[in-house]
Formats: sequence, C-alpha cells, structure tokens
Amino acid sequence: MMLRELLLLAALLFSIGIYGVLTRRHAVAVLLSIELMANAANVAFVAFATLRGGPGEVLVLFSLAITVSEVAVGLALVMLLHRRYGDTVLDLAQEAKG
Amino acid sequence: MSAALGFALAAAVVVVAAILVVRSRNLVRAVLWLALALLGTAALYALLDAPFLAGVQVLTYIGGVVTLMIFGVMVTGRHTGAVAEIDRAGSLRGLLVAGGFLALVGGAILSTDLSGPPPPPPPTTAELARSLLDEYLLPFEVTSLLLLAAVIGAVVLARRRDPGLAGEPKSALPSLSSEGSLR
Repeated sequence: MMLRELLLLAALLFSIGIYGVLTRRHAVAVLLSIELMANAANVAFVAFATLRGGPGEVLVLFSLAITVSEVAVGLALVMLLHRRYGDTVLDLAQEAKG
Repeated sequence: MSAALGFALAAAVVVVAAILVVRSRNLVRAVLWLALALLGTAALYALLDAPFLAGVQVLTYIGGVVTLMIFGVMVTGRHTGAVAEIDRAGSLRGLLVAGGFLALVGGAILSTDLSGPPPPPPPTTAELARSLLDEYLLPFEVTSLLLLAAVIGAVVLARRRDPGLAGEPKSALPSLSSEGSLR
C-alpha cells in the first residue's frame, strides 16, 4: 500500500534534514537543511490528503507561505552575521548564549 | 503499475538529491541539489493528484526560495564556490541522532494500522480556492499578515546599522558599502 511508503519517505527526508542541521556549520547550509525538513512534512500532508482525505492540500499552501517567510528572515540574519563577523560560520555567533 | 514506477523514480531522485544537499561541500551545488529535490517532490505531488500544489511548489520553491538562497550564497560567500566544512566527529553524532529519529518514526509508521475508508476524490483547484477563501479565510488573512511582517523584518534586519562595525559610511545602501561584500 502506498501511504506507508510515502510516510517512510517523508521520515527519511526529515532525518536527512536533521543530519544536515546538526553537521553543517555554514548558516546557509543549515537553512537548506531546514528547507528539506519542511518539505518532508509537506510530503506527509499531501500523502494523507490524497490517500485518506482531509484538508491536507490547504495546509500545504499555508506551510509554503510560512517556509518562504522563514527563508526571507533567515537570509537577512545570514547577511547580518556576514556583515558583523565577515564570515557565515554559525560558531561565530555565540554572543547570544545566556 | 507505471504509477508505482513513477513514484519509485521520483522518491529515489528526491532522496539522492537530499543526501547530496547535506553532503556537498560546495554551497552553490548544495542549493542546486536542493532545487532537484524540490522538483522531485513536485513530481510526487503531481503523481498524487495534486497538480496545483506541484505548480505552486515549482513557482515558490524553485523560482523563489532557491533563487534567494543562491543570492544569499553569492552575497555572503567567496564567489568561487563557498566551501562548507563537515567535521568527522560532528558527522558521526549527526548520523546517530538522525538514525535514531528515523528508527523511532519509522517504527511508529510500520506498527500503525493505516487502513481506512477509501479517500474522497481529491479537490480540484476551484474547490481548493473556494475552501481557502471560505472555510480557511481567517488563517489565510493571518498568513498574509505573517508574510508582510516577515518581509518588513527581513528589510529591517538587512539594513540595520551594526554598532559592532565602527566607521561604517552612512550610505543609502549599507549592504553595498559594508566591508567584505564586494570581495
């Protein structure tokens, strides 16, 4: 049956995203991995919507809008990081630690 | 039967491209692999009877997000292939956490009874639009507010005068005059 395989695919994509977020040290690369994770969630939404019914497709539209705004703010933060430290390695930004 | 083949093909493309996104050392290439992964996802949507979502995915993600990302890499990195290091110990830890998560969620998916009633026919684009502007009108408006706030926030953040940078010229375009961006 189809739904189980699609959910497993979404879980696999999400895990790859987690791996990227944990191992990457460049800010843009971390953003890319977050995109992968959001995309995995969307795959699960669409799979449920088509194979079981429900409002999944509308939810994906909202999810896309949220992801796009997240990328806009994230890239603005990357530019700020770059202007402040001359590089975009996340290890540099440790001032916010409590 | 050919539908199953299409699914397998699209899934394989998405997974391989996703792995290359997190492993590629060249950031521009990583962004392009992300574009391929998102394109494969759009193909999955099309196979799942959601053609409108497939189109939106291509337009917003590949047209918008990937372009923005390339822009971000170009503005902040050295122009000839920004290198992103992956250290070995961190890679092992990441593999452990990601594998643990996959085992947890995968086990839950495999042990859950997913059988259910046969699905209703997928919504047409017209039905999707009607439900968006009728049943989900409030979330729709909240989303538009969120987009406005995010864009204003991004502009404010990107234009901010940083007190850590002394002697920055008071130009109308701070991003062009700050050190490093013209390197």
